[in-house]
Amino acid sequence: MLKEFQKKSLENESILPSIILEEVEKISKLKNIREKKKSELIETLEGIYLENSFEPGEAIGIIAAQSLSEPATQMTMRTYHFAGSAGLQVTLGLPRLIEIFDSRKEPATPIMTVYFKKEFNNEKDVENFAKKIKEKKLRNLLDSVSLDLTNKKIQIKLKKIKESEKNETIEKIKEKIKKINIKVREDNISIEPENHELSIRDLQRLKKKILDLTVSGVNKIINVVVIKEGNDWIVKTFGSNLSHILKMDEVDYSKSYTNNLHEIQEVLGIEAAREALIKEIRETMSQQGLNVDERHIMLIADIMVFTGEIRAVGRYGVAGMKSSVLTKAGFEETTKHLVRASVRNEEDNFKGIFENVMINQQVPVGTGMFDLVAKIGED
Amino acid sequence: MADVFIDGRFVGQAKEPEKMIEFLREKRRAGKIPDQVNFSYLDYLNEIRVVTDEGRVRRPLIIIENGKPKLTQEHIEKIQKGEIMWHDLINNGIIEYLDTEEEENALVALRSENLTKEHTHLELDPLVIFGISTSFVPFPEFDRGDRVNFGSKMVGQSIGLYSTNFLRRVDTKSNILVYPQKSLVKTHIDDVLHSENHPGGQNIVIAVMSFKCFNIEDAIIMNKSSVERGLFWSYLFRTYEAEEKKYMGGQEDIIGIPEPGVKGYAGEEAYKHLPEDGIINPEIHLTDEQIIVGKTSPLRFLGSLDQFITDLENIRETSVKLRHGEEGIVDRVFITESADGNKLVKVVVRDLKRPEIGDKFASRHGQKGVIGLIIPEEDLPFTEDGVIPDIIFNPHSIPSRMTIGKLLEIIGGKVCALNGKRSSNPAFHPTPEKDFVEALEKNGFKGDGKEALYDADTGEKYTQDVFMGNVFYQKLDHLVSNKIHARSRGPITLLTKQPTEGKSKRGGLRLGEMEKDCLIAHGASLLLKERFDVDRTTLPVCAECGLPAFHDKVKDKKFCPVCGESKIVEVEMAYAFKLLLDELKSMLIYPKIITKEE
Repeated sequence: MLKEFQKKSLENESILPSIILEEVEKISKLKNIREKKKSELIETLEGIYLENSFEPGEAIGIIAAQSLSEPATQMTMRTYHFAGSAGLQVTLGLPRLIEIFDSRKEPATPIMTVYFKKEFNNEKDVENFAKKIKEKKLRNLLDSVSLDLTNKKIQIKLKKIKESEKNETIEKIKEKIKKINIKVREDNISIEPENHELSIRDLQRLKKKILDLTVSGVNKIINVVVIKEGNDWIVKTFGSNLSHILKMDEVDYSKSYTNNLHEIQEVLGIEAAREALIKEIRETMSQQGLNVDERHIMLIADIMVFTGEIRAVGRYGVAGMKSSVLTKAGFEETTKHLVRASVRNEEDNFKGIFENVMINQQVPVGTGMFDLVAKIGED
Repeated sequence: MADVFIDGRFVGQAKEPEKMIEFLREKRRAGKIPDQVNFSYLDYLNEIRVVTDEGRVRRPLIIIENGKPKLTQEHIEKIQKGEIMWHDLINNGIIEYLDTEEEENALVALRSENLTKEHTHLELDPLVIFGISTSFVPFPEFDRGDRVNFGSKMVGQSIGLYSTNFLRRVDTKSNILVYPQKSLVKTHIDDVLHSENHPGGQNIVIAVMSFKCFNIEDAIIMNKSSVERGLFWSYLFRTYEAEEKKYMGGQEDIIGIPEPGVKGYAGEEAYKHLPEDGIINPEIHLTDEQIIVGKTSPLRFLGSLDQFITDLENIRETSVKLRHGEEGIVDRVFITESADGNKLVKVVVRDLKRPEIGDKFASRHGQKGVIGLIIPEEDLPFTEDGVIPDIIFNPHSIPSRMTIGKLLEIIGGKVCALNGKRSSNPAFHPTPEKDFVEALEKNGFKGDGKEALYDADTGEKYTQDVFMGNVFYQKLDHLVSNKIHARSRGPITLLTKQPTEGKSKRGGLRLGEMEKDCLIAHGASLLLKERFDVDRTTLPVCAECGLPAFHDKVKDKKFCPVCGESKIVEVEMAYAFKLLLDELKSMLIYPKIITKEE
């Protein structure tokens, strides 16, 4: 299974960015282009793509930054809102873009898109799956909870639910929480810790632990929506738990996706996170009707991930990694950097752009990047 | 029991506060209590507040009794006949002034149609919701709200006849319109403020059409011949001051032509136009930075010994000069004394500002624009009667801004011009459009305000009729001649050795951070260096300690103050960076310049 997956991804080995390959795929399907012709087409495209590469010395970083931040300023002024519309509430526009570039550990609205294998791709199975993964806490099944302080017991009264469900719940409690005795009388459950010497505070803690117990479903998945997209049945989840969902039998692990980039990095690795980063930036921009060249986004994504983990663009991430003391001091937290540099006896080699602007020397970019190697006529 | 306060002072308690308030109000309306006193009962604090002090904002309202206003048609007729006056209405309890606190106890109806039994007061007229400059806008309810707001803002920027005694005044800067006119389409505020004595613009003939592409993006085209006849001419008056100040130690400024040899002496030529007393005569034409009043001052920082030396060397030239980039004619000269008894000279310089490309004009509906082209009238379209527009206004400015009020003003102004009568159209009391249409048709014009225009180039009639009429336009105090500025060389600041900032200091135009990023993005690093070379310095640096060294020019020797006669290297850098190093040193950070052999 895994080998098949790897083979599939190897086929896509091309220098072209995925967005162009997708386009080729679409067009070849539409115009009935054969496999041989298609590979020829890709070859030509690769040639064009390489011809369009930047010349050495081109300030691609600044161009990428400006190409992305100019439309971003547009966004502050006219973010489209979908106020009052039904469906999942998703962070969009500038707030989402800031979230991506700040590389927050958890997005404000983590959303997962789950696809299914062929044999499960029907309404009934998908609906069942959706019900199955929705997180249910014990808290949601209760009618009332009380602490019996004299006997050191926790009294729980369940809502009216099916007998099988009730048994399942009790089994779950037994399984998850050790060292307790459980007595059940109709809908009332009394929980007694084995250790009678427990303090009241410990009892409270135990109560909280029991209430937060996941009875059924997958952790963190707060809500689920079933959607039909073309021929595919899809489950959109509010809340994300990629590692758990991907392991499930029904799920097509090659397609399912989450918008939590850090989770992708942990579960699928940094290359996948890079692809996801590019996709998220591109889609956030295009949702607002703004189109940025793919390569600018790719460059920024590369810089954000090349250390092996996603770094934020800013003081503590990409910009904070700069080697020059003066550049860092000129950006943010001037005193902090100056004091640190003076205490540690740091050196500035004046290799970067910003520090050379400061001392008004030739900036090592564009025409100023190259020096003469040979000295002619020197005796 | 409610506490009673008079002007914030506790005076006693009232058993039935509501009744007490009513009693007090009755007394005031009957004239037993002065009408400037306001009462209010704050039920949430259970307090009665009686206020008699000054500085409260109060406004008049018609008193309502049993759902009927006390002001009747009878009263209005009497006022019109002049039998009764405003104060009679107040004394008889028909109108009263409420302050902000008493307003909380009142229920005020905006219009008489809305009156119910609960209402206690009625607004004099719904248009009192507008302030002074908004009231100048005619037909405001036909414009979009933001346009009325813009319009009233620009009324405040208009050049007019701000004061009738301007020839006796010495304002630092003032503008006077040469041929001000009262507006054809007026509002109530024109009568209230007697704006015919100090109007803010002129009535012009407008044609709403595009013309030769020079009125795109809100630009307007102006008739050159109209300008030559005096349309929107204005004078800029600027007052310059010179005072003979007295300093400690018996020294003082001297107004007069400075003697040669004085520090900063500008040369004989510079003082040639001044009479003997050093104060310029009226009606002399002055140009860029010419001297208006010759003056010398003692040097500022005198040591303990120097103050007895009254040599020429210790006197500085401090003449008052015309501002950089300005010109004008000396209008008036005043010689008086200041409050300290010093001789004080005030010179008013006048400069004629005729409309030129880039000057800003606006109607009263938030429709502003700058002149894009001034063309002679023989090149402008004309009507059958030979009327040529003063301003051609682009129709694209209308649909998105929805200033229907301006269109109404145009046909209203046209009717006024035809009838020779002004028309009053304040907010919520407009003349019906129908009346204008009828009046136009009666005078042989099309009712929609459109007229056939003839092309001045070919003499042919345009295929489309053009909307034309008369409208009140204002010249706004944003004239290019006051703003235009450029520099190639000029003064630099002492601290950073970088160019000064601002027009008055002949400053440079900053190539800012984002512009810098642009040059980097283009890879133009040598251009970038050249652009920032203004404060380039070559600094001798000690190769050992990395600190700036000295260059003794007399002995032509370089040495380091720390290491003595060590190796000195010349390093080229921005002066601002040297300043940064100095500041770091003052913070006890040792920035060592490490030099390398190239």
